[in-house]
Amino acid sequence: MSVSRYSPQEIVETIRMVQMENLDIRTITMGISLRDCSHPDLAAAATKAYDKICRLAENLVRAGEEIASEYGIPVINKRISVTPIALVAESSAADSYVLMAEYLDRAAKQVGVNFIGGFSALVQKGMTRGDIALIASIPQALAVTDRVCASVNIGTTKAGINMDAVALMGRTIVETARLTADKDGLGCAKLVVFCNAVDDNPFMAGAFHGIGEPECVINVGVSGPGAVLRAIEKDGQTDFGTLAATIKRTAFKITRMGELVGRAASEKLDVPFGIVDLSLAPTPAVGDSVARILEAMGIERVGTHGSTAALALLNDAVKKGGAMASSYVGGLSGAFIPVSEDIGMIEAASMGALTFDKLEAMTCVCSVGLDMIAIPGDTPAETIAAIIADEAAIGMINRKTTAVRIIPVPGKKVGDMVEFGGLLGRAPVMAVHRESSQGFISRGGRIPAPLQALNN
Amino acid sequence: MSGRSNGRNAAPEVAASAVPNFSGDPAAMSRNSHRIIVTVIGKDRVGIIANVSAVLADAGANILDISQSVMDEFFVMIMMVDVEQAGVPFGELKSRLNAKGEEMGLRIDAQHEDVFKFMHRI
Repeated sequence: MSVSRYSPQEIVETIRMVQMENLDIRTITMGISLRDCSHPDLAAAATKAYDKICRLAENLVRAGEEIASEYGIPVINKRISVTPIALVAESSAADSYVLMAEYLDRAAKQVGVNFIGGFSALVQKGMTRGDIALIASIPQALAVTDRVCASVNIGTTKAGINMDAVALMGRTIVETARLTADKDGLGCAKLVVFCNAVDDNPFMAGAFHGIGEPECVINVGVSGPGAVLRAIEKDGQTDFGTLAATIKRTAFKITRMGELVGRAASEKLDVPFGIVDLSLAPTPAVGDSVARILEAMGIERVGTHGSTAALALLNDAVKKGGAMASSYVGGLSGAFIPVSEDIGMIEAASMGALTFDKLEAMTCVCSVGLDMIAIPGDTPAETIAAIIADEAAIGMINRKTTAVRIIPVPGKKVGDMVEFGGLLGRAPVMAVHRESSQGFISRGGRIPAPLQALNN
Repeated sequence: MSGRSNGRNAAPEVAASAVPNFSGDPAAMSRNSHRIIVTVIGKDRVGIIANVSAVLADAGANILDISQSVMDEFFVMIMMVDVEQAGVPFGELKSRLNAKGEEMGLRIDAQHEDVFKFMHRI
């Protein structure tokens, strides 16, 4: 039993990944079921939810900090996801669930997590009274709370796309931006519209605790674009097989850290370990960019021709490497391409190399979708709904999760810069098409579920 | 090797089954072992081993092995340390090592062995 179990190169590699390449655990997210918190009186339901969250997550932040210290790996965020609130609040007679959002916000502050996700509704096939009340509450809920995140699932491959809900979400996003106009529409950064939403996603703003999940669970999201970038740069000009192998090897190592931290957190908190999400999540920090990885592959600027192919290779190799490293992989698991949270994306969008349409194309092969994109404040609700419909169609047909988190920034025009601050970063306002989609969106009804065969 | 791992299996069962422990007790940090890796990175100079060993001895931590090498012009010393009998919590030992590092112009860090095991061994 000696140090020679590990070579100095291996030890230094691990330390360098953390110290110089921003390898970190992006989030330890505790999923909490609130299914037993329903009550005819909304205030009573909210109190039950508050108490349960505070009880189960009491030690979450402390456990995260201890793990960071013991293993020497930063754990950036500690977060909570809960059962979609539409399901929990529906038994009450209330028409607005803003009160519930306020209690969730208070619970998040009490236990010290920076976000709580699950102010959500699942409406891919249709909406109940509770779903309608929840969606109607979103703009105000996001305006009066700091840490609550909302999401709505408007389509699945099995159910098709609920276009009534899509139209409603277009209006909801506009209203959310209006109510948070003093913060450049920040509320919209906490609102995700999904197709094929997953039940165990640890990443915000789209995390919720799905209905098939256990009472309480720990999910972990890793992050390591910097480590992947460094490995690719070190290899130099190799062929694609070698490139993919290098990414897989690095993704394996990164994911092992997630597995270790997940198991440690699960043990410390006496809560079952759910999944590791393999997503490469960027931050606005230098050296923590997914765009830079694509550029290291030989793309002069992300957004130019070849970007989609480069992203496809990256996303697939990350999944292959990560899947080998963890017993349970889940969540979104891929490469995120948010605009405002990635320095390379911000630059490319600012100089015009990266356009809205190219972003949409890239979302066909990445894990999530149109993420953290600022658009002009005067964009009509129908246009936003049509953007959601396009993105949902990509997810529905390709049997993958897609999402839209878009911010129509009040009073801002194409080319203006918007600062969201912190991990949410900054973004240039990007142009969207001016031609109307109103006739299409106003049809109403559902887009039928697609064929699962004849798939060309 | 096998004798060692038998000994290792006997004790941690207690830690693993114990109620979540936030006391900072060194036994509580352990998932599978009581070993930590101490790394010293910087310019070589007289007294590195003596100084780091003194901090560890003070804390009641037992050095199992030491290796040193020069990588990219930097001196790298790696120690495997058993903290099972340590009299101070891991966090405290870690900050003492950090402080000694600052004093000597070196980077001294301590991490649980599992980090390296998980990343580099299947």
